[in-house]
Amino acid sequence: MTTMRRPALLAGLITLVVLLSFASLCAGKAWVPFDIWFNPGSDPRWAIIFQLRIPRTILGIAVGMALGAAGAALQGYTRNPLADPAVFGVSSMASFGAVMTLYLGLGAAAPWVLPLGGMLGAGIGVAILLGLSGATSSVLTFILAGVILNSVASAGVALALNLAPTPWAVNEIINWLMGSLADRSAGEVQLALPFIVGGCLLLFTTTKALDALTLGETGARSLGISLGRLRLILAIGTGLAVGASVAVTGMIGFVGLMAPHLLRPLVGAKPGALLIPSAIAGAAIVLAGDIAARLIPTPVELKLGVAMAALGGPFFFAMLLNMRRKMA
Amino acid sequence: MSLSAATIHVRLGDKQVLRGVTAAFARGSVTAIVGPNGAGKSTLLTVLAGLRKPDQGVVQLGGADMQAMAPRARAQRLAFLPQIPEIAWAVEVRTLVALGRTPFSGGRGLSAEDEVAVDKAIATANVGAFAHRNVLTLSGGERARVLLARALAGEPEWLLADEPLTGLDPGHQLDAADLMRRLAFEGRGVIVTLHDLHMALRVADRVIVLADGLVSAEGPAREALTPAILASAYGIKGRIWDGEQGPVIEVLGRG
Repeated sequence: MTTMRRPALLAGLITLVVLLSFASLCAGKAWVPFDIWFNPGSDPRWAIIFQLRIPRTILGIAVGMALGAAGAALQGYTRNPLADPAVFGVSSMASFGAVMTLYLGLGAAAPWVLPLGGMLGAGIGVAILLGLSGATSSVLTFILAGVILNSVASAGVALALNLAPTPWAVNEIINWLMGSLADRSAGEVQLALPFIVGGCLLLFTTTKALDALTLGETGARSLGISLGRLRLILAIGTGLAVGASVAVTGMIGFVGLMAPHLLRPLVGAKPGALLIPSAIAGAAIVLAGDIAARLIPTPVELKLGVAMAALGGPFFFAMLLNMRRKMA
Repeated sequence: MSLSAATIHVRLGDKQVLRGVTAAFARGSVTAIVGPNGAGKSTLLTVLAGLRKPDQGVVQLGGADMQAMAPRARAQRLAFLPQIPEIAWAVEVRTLVALGRTPFSGGRGLSAEDEVAVDKAIATANVGAFAHRNVLTLSGGERARVLLARALAGEPEWLLADEPLTGLDPGHQLDAADLMRRLAFEGRGVIVTLHDLHMALRVADRVIVLADGLVSAEGPAREALTPAILASAYGIKGRIWDGEQGPVIEVLGRG
């Protein structure tokens, strides 16, 4: 089987993220040429880098890591390669939570209210999912639960739009829902980063349990794994990482689906070994998508969430067709 | 070091599956739990493995209450093979076998000791020929041996296997039976549920006949399996005689 040596894989992925980060700092409506790095301060474009591009790039990396890690963890737990925070309604629940704070006008009270709403929504979503899967571990129940969560959350968002007091509030909610890394301030990055990092670190502690789950729930329990503890860590970790990401950037789907899927063959399909590489690959995917969104010449800048959905939809479909062929 | 169960009661939904089962097991021997469908064999085995808390009664491992033991400490001493094993991902055979080291590892890779145990388990279960293949491409018999190797990788004092012979051809059934005997000879305790009474006679030192949630007979295989017990537990007419290669059971019809 075509497994890669882990250090080589991680080094390759990190190099990719570093290269994309440089590209992300330079690319955009105003190109920042490379030689600016050698005489900092004197060039007015330096401000673009510091005030816009650096927060944007850091946020891209963080959000990508959160989505990639959460996708890998959910796939490992459900033993299902189609799992993803967006597919299972976790992202919609996060945006529902965040939209509620926008709708109720709580966001103005304090800057941490919106991310808190996002994380609460995501946490509740994951808790419902994992609770259901504890009762019956059937993948079908899980997917149906995801469908239900998705529709309940979208209904909630639609209700908030419907009842929104001002057109301005509607506009704010819609803009935010589409998902973007554009014009995020350093303050927002500072707000989300600790939660995303904390959530990812929590998810990384599930390596051994996810590996053991290769043998199913009974198999894992007979190996001394406590599934209750694993569920709790997954709910909190995914809630923090995805909730904080969605709260700052809005809905960015399919990253958590693509990253683990692309890397699974390279780590010998071990679900635990997939966590960290998936997180790094998620960062690369989000950075690449964001650079593309900036460079594609459209009258209004393309929203990253929209671009990802346009890319992820066909990817998801191709995976499904491929799985169907394998099962037939 | 013994494994024992005292007055185990288990209720599943509205069915009282086990109604006060008491049994003791010794290391160095193979015990077969037999009985008709729905008698509670699998439930009893999961209770003995510490994976299900009985509604009443206690399971003790070496004098300690199983339910009070840390899951990891329990898993270091006892391996369990479920009846319908699940393999979720297309991992390499050796990777799957190495999962048996989970209760011993700190989570980061395999220690030298782990590697030795995994290699030994691969040799014992005779899966070395395909140790580097994708486990999902194996045949049912090969897969069963890989899962057995996974259980052996933990070098358990106790091996509890639910229907380990089901789905194996006669040759592989004999191999598996020989392996169980060998594990018992090494001093491990082996407890299996079986449907095939002939194999039970062949492999087991002791047989426990379970019927309707109660132990209806137990003892050395030849003594526990009698025409009277076959009639009362299974509702069949059968006879048992000593053949050239040990006892033979012949099912004559519904009794």
